Amino acid sequence: MLRFLVRRLLQAIPTLFILSILVFAWLRSLPGGPAAALLGDKATPEKIANLNHVLGLDQPIFVQYFGFLGRAVTGDFGNSLVSTQPVMGEIVTFLPATIELGLSAMIIAVVIGIPAGYLSARYRGGPVDNVVIVLSLIGVAVPVFFLGYMMQDILAAPLGLPSQGRQAAGLDATAITNFAILDGIMTSEWDAVWDAIKHLILPAFALATIPLAVITRITRASVLDVLNEDFIRTANSKGLTQQVVRTRHVLRNGLLPVVTTIGLQTGALLGGAVLTERVFNFRGLGFLLAEGIERRDYPRLQALLLFGAVVYVLVNMLVDISYGIIDPRVRVR
Amino acid sequence: MQQLRLTRTRRVALIGLAGALAVSLSACAESKREEGAGGGTGGTMIFGAAGNPKMFDPAFNDEGETFRITRQIYDTLIQNKPGTADLEPSLAEKWESSNEGKTWTFTLKSGVKFSDGTPMDATAVCFNFDRWYNMKGAAAQSQMIYYGDVFEGFAKNEGDASGDPVYKSCEAKDPTTAVLNLNKAKGAFPAAFTLPSFSIESPAALKQYNADQVTQSGDSFTYSEYANKHPVGTGPFKFESWDQAKGEITLVRNDTSPNPAKLDKLIFKVIPDENARKQALKAGDINGYDYPSPADYGLLRNDGEQVLIRPSFNVLYLGINQANNPKLKDVKVRQALAYGINREQFVKSKLAEGSEVATEFVPKVISGYTDDVTKYPYDPEKAKQLLQQAGATDLTLKFYYPTEVSRPYMPNPADTFTAISEDLKKIGVKIEAHAEPWNGGYKDDVQKAGKQDLHLLGWTGDYNDAGNFVGTFFGRKKAEFGFDNAELFSALNAADASPAGDAHAKAYQEVNKKIMDFLPAIPIAYPTPAIVVGPKVKGLVASPLTDERFNTVTVS
Repeated sequence: MLRFLVRRLLQAIPTLFILSILVFAWLRSLPGGPAAALLGDKATPEKIANLNHVLGLDQPIFVQYFGFLGRAVTGDFGNSLVSTQPVMGEIVTFLPATIELGLSAMIIAVVIGIPAGYLSARYRGGPVDNVVIVLSLIGVAVPVFFLGYMMQDILAAPLGLPSQGRQAAGLDATAITNFAILDGIMTSEWDAVWDAIKHLILPAFALATIPLAVITRITRASVLDVLNEDFIRTANSKGLTQQVVRTRHVLRNGLLPVVTTIGLQTGALLGGAVLTERVFNFRGLGFLLAEGIERRDYPRLQALLLFGAVVYVLVNMLVDISYGIIDPRVRVR
Repeated sequence: MQQLRLTRTRRVALIGLAGALAVSLSACAESKREEGAGGGTGGTMIFGAAGNPKMFDPAFNDEGETFRITRQIYDTLIQNKPGTADLEPSLAEKWESSNEGKTWTFTLKSGVKFSDGTPMDATAVCFNFDRWYNMKGAAAQSQMIYYGDVFEGFAKNEGDASGDPVYKSCEAKDPTTAVLNLNKAKGAFPAAFTLPSFSIESPAALKQYNADQVTQSGDSFTYSEYANKHPVGTGPFKFESWDQAKGEITLVRNDTSPNPAKLDKLIFKVIPDENARKQALKAGDINGYDYPSPADYGLLRNDGEQVLIRPSFNVLYLGINQANNPKLKDVKVRQALAYGINREQFVKSKLAEGSEVATEFVPKVISGYTDDVTKYPYDPEKAKQLLQQAGATDLTLKFYYPTEVSRPYMPNPADTFTAISEDLKKIGVKIEAHAEPWNGGYKDDVQKAGKQDLHLLGWTGDYNDAGNFVGTFFGRKKAEFGFDNAELFSALNAADASPAGDAHAKAYQEVNKKIMDFLPAIPIAYPTPAIVVGPKVKGLVASPLTDERFNTVTVS
């Protein structure tokens, strides 16, 4: 297992290096540029040229890239052009919100998706199956931002749920870890915990829709596959109880592709978080990224995109490891 | 062991208790919120801002979201009378210029203190002027956009801020008299003294927290602790905190201010999405926000919100690039375009209430505006005739317009483009449409490369001076318009150097007449942006310069 892990980590280094070049080159190929975005309405070509010179953005791209790389390996990703704060500090500050949101969304997706997919497969062709199939199709098809706006306009007021932000404005909650719920529990500020949960509900459901639909469909397909396998027939003919067959044989084998999906969806969740956080003004990394793209905030975008790549690589490693736990054959290979 | 085992009744009671606890917790959250939104002595105002502030040292700032906050923390020597672009005393009780505009004497209010307790006197004022002038480092200078513009340079002209600096010296004659000496007169004064960039900051705090230490790291800047955590001025509010994670800036009342606030607390909550700001106001999470979409005015009012229309301080124009298309060098062709656009109809159908057709390139509230200019009312027949006379009946024009943007002077660029190009097609002009994202090269192509024949752009003024509009547009040869008119350039330069007062206004009136005869571009409209506040907010005065001060506001 250790050798497997080390190999995967070493493989990640060239991946990240190539990604850093791609990210850097892509950002610099965008028209407009940070100087124009920073100077706003009053930007004249002369002022833009001046700021570009001061920021070193008029230097050859490889000079800029190696300057960036040199600072990046020491952990210095520069300051955000929008907020003027160090980008690494921003990531630390905003990451808990994204974890809180992503984790909630994933829990919703798994807790609802796996049973729904399983039931759908078990009662294949029946009314439950049909309803699940239609709902999961809608879940995949509706864009997150549209769903978000609909939720804000239709659900927020009747349910008494806040439609934006992580905390009521002016609520004087103590921040320790920046995980709002955790902080509230640690300081026994129960109103802050309740407030944070309320703020989490709509965005978490909006973000959960796509993984929920995907997990449901994969579970359904996978369970159907397993139900048709010979070993299920064998198990049944051995006279095992249905309970044992379902949990030990059907579910365990059926979950293998689902775990992969959960891993991949966790990566995709970061993409969905950009839109969800933006629509709900939920100040996490996705929110930072959206603002960074609008304002051509190179230092922030470089750091965030690379951070995203690192997370993606790590999540994929975790998926591989969990594969090994569920199905020992993978470890041997 | 026995004691711990719960009976059925006890279990039910516990569940009930848990439920009651949940309800009371939610009530707790409610009551805390209500307390925050009013009550107390002066209450709390929570305002939804459209963007992040950069930091809080106004000298290094040039954008509205930061200025909205620094305007509450600092005062300038002169300020705009609430709701107008007229000047009124602030830290300076009176001001006068002599030596043909090269000397400005400010008589300061006496006994004013910064919120750190140090005196705001002539020495402090001169300290600020000297600080700006002596700022070093390319990073610092490239961030002082307004100082560079108005004062035309620094002690050490590092970087690109070239030219002869306007500033010469500042003398503190006595505690209440500060005399500013300039190398040359500048038409922008005194109005430019109202700019938030020229806020008077506490010298003690500037020194204590190393305000001048702006360092460049890679392709970005690092600002001082002063700018991030300890801004100190004489304004109605004091800085309390900037919570990055929540996107909240909290100010509290400054009791030593000459214009103390009625509110106890003023919180700015950053909500970039316009729809989210609207939802937050509806839900009562905030008490107001800026830049509501004109399409929502009716809905907001139906909900009981107050939509306050700002008098127009901007202009939307149709740019003409003579260099790109020689036919546009003929004034008859430019006049034909002007006569061919039904601006009356456009303003009525596409712009927010209160917007007006523009007759020249400065809005009505600016001194220097004149009604006595050549006007081009909608007359398609005359337009066709003019095109014929100019031998330009087969005119095809490349018309550039921006996408993915909404500016106060142009809420919907695509709509504006469609309306104008339909009108032009009616007089026989063929239009080649070029749409480009605002942050994706539009301004580069239009202002730097001059690839267009026609384009849409506009301007929101910074202070009450016509030069800030027409000087910016037509003061020199630019790729955007592609003409070289020595007479117009020198008239604009002369007007800029004319001393303040009637002569100054008159000089710009003459310039405006010249511009509308020469017609380097076509002014389209004076649109009106708005600001919206909830029903409980009283005393907020909408300003044409987005210079709203919250010291007069109460939340009931």
